[in-house]
Amino acid sequence: MKKSAIQPQGQTVIQVTGVPKEAIVIGASAGGVEALSAILPHLPADYPIPVMVVIHLPPDRKSLMAELFDAKCAVAVREADDKVPIERSTVYFAPADYHLLVETDRRLSLSSEEPVLFSRPAIDILFETAADAFGPAVTGIVLSGANKDGAAGLKAIYDRGDQVVVQTPDQARAPDMPLAALAAVPQARTLPLEAIADHLLTLHRAEAP
Amino acid sequence: MDAKISPDPHRPVGRTDDIEIRLLLEAIFQKYHYDFRGYAMASVKRRLNQARQKFGCATLSALQDRVLHEPELMTELLSFLTVQVSELFRDPQYFRTLREKVIPHLRTYPSLKVWIAGCSTGEELYSFAILFREEGLESRTLFYATDINPEALKKAEAGIYDLDRLKLFTENHRLSGGKSSLSDYYRTAYGAAVFDKSLRKNCVFSDHSLATDAVFAETHLCSCRNVLIYFDCALQDRAIGLFQSSLIRKGFLGLGAKETLRFSRRSEAFSEFARGERLYQKRDLA
Repeated sequence: MKKSAIQPQGQTVIQVTGVPKEAIVIGASAGGVEALSAILPHLPADYPIPVMVVIHLPPDRKSLMAELFDAKCAVAVREADDKVPIERSTVYFAPADYHLLVETDRRLSLSSEEPVLFSRPAIDILFETAADAFGPAVTGIVLSGANKDGAAGLKAIYDRGDQVVVQTPDQARAPDMPLAALAAVPQARTLPLEAIADHLLTLHRAEAP
Repeated sequence: MDAKISPDPHRPVGRTDDIEIRLLLEAIFQKYHYDFRGYAMASVKRRLNQARQKFGCATLSALQDRVLHEPELMTELLSFLTVQVSELFRDPQYFRTLREKVIPHLRTYPSLKVWIAGCSTGEELYSFAILFREEGLESRTLFYATDINPEALKKAEAGIYDLDRLKLFTENHRLSGGKSSLSDYYRTAYGAAVFDKSLRKNCVFSDHSLATDAVFAETHLCSCRNVLIYFDCALQDRAIGLFQSSLIRKGFLGLGAKETLRFSRRSEAFSEFARGERLYQKRDLA
């Protein structure tokens, strides 16, 4: 098992323990576009770990997130199609008004089942199914948002692994979601956005042979 | 924390929850002939666990015990296992594309058969019936509206929807290029909109499973929207095979906005007709 030390800004050294990461899941809501803009563009084109993102959007609108971020990012950014095999160096956004789920055969699936905490897509559903499919090989990140979605999902990831991150609530435009996530998982690391980007790059290096 | 779970992409065999789900779905199939074994498991697992909590069962094995011995529970469980979410003219652009691009082809046939597969509570059927009436094709068209859920089929046949949904339906209809007023097709009573029964006079509602049943008719158009998302790849292939067999040469297949034939073994049998709207056409030689 590989271990490497990283030093997030202004914090004590934390050991990156556990297994190499095979997937990253991110949840965001109000203030989420801004937060994601401080993270995703830092990933290099060959960033090997696939990233799945749920951001809350009005259900009656076509999501433009994938197009928006594809233009800003070096990695490929796509809106998830049903049953798409999860590929490296790719960021997948949940389509508007569909839940995004991870299947155990490492494909993504979509669902119109009822909203969770008034949200479809729901961060909890992505996180819980990712925890189930990837076990400790997934890490979860909760960003700015004004509700509690993501807290239960982050707990599910934490319970199967050890890698979860929450945006520093003070820095988040809407702190409720990070605070709810921290209440559910007090052991989660709180990092400001710049440090989250560094953290993702560190995960990559931790994975490299 | 379960430290034993391997990061190996091949999921460890013998996980208790996986075993329980497989056994429960097998039990449901053997006892009630509802086949959810080929469904996409991430969503099924969530919904079965919701049902487990609702029925106060500690484990899925306990739920299995009850389902086997209490047939009335199966009806309720069915509402957890099938997802009933629909709207009239859902994704208006899909219906606009049908109207503008597909209808001109359909007009060339003296009679038409249209299969709405997984019709749920009927919203899609009424959308088609209104579209075909507006386009003057209604009298030569026979619709088949099928679903596995008898409760949903009953609602589909009744054609009664909460009045508070009508604002969305009306807007969708307008965006789909509707040539009439949606209010021409329903009357209101007791806070509900009751759709005109003449809309379903050319419709056969029927219990049909894409997982276990065979093709029952030759059709010109199959519309199956947001049904395949609940299937795994193998079951998707089976369903698409049914549509392929049912469709006439150059017949049309319409899927949900995020569904695609791209990952299907049968993708070669179809060409993309309107890609943005997931409308496909059966190839000449398929």
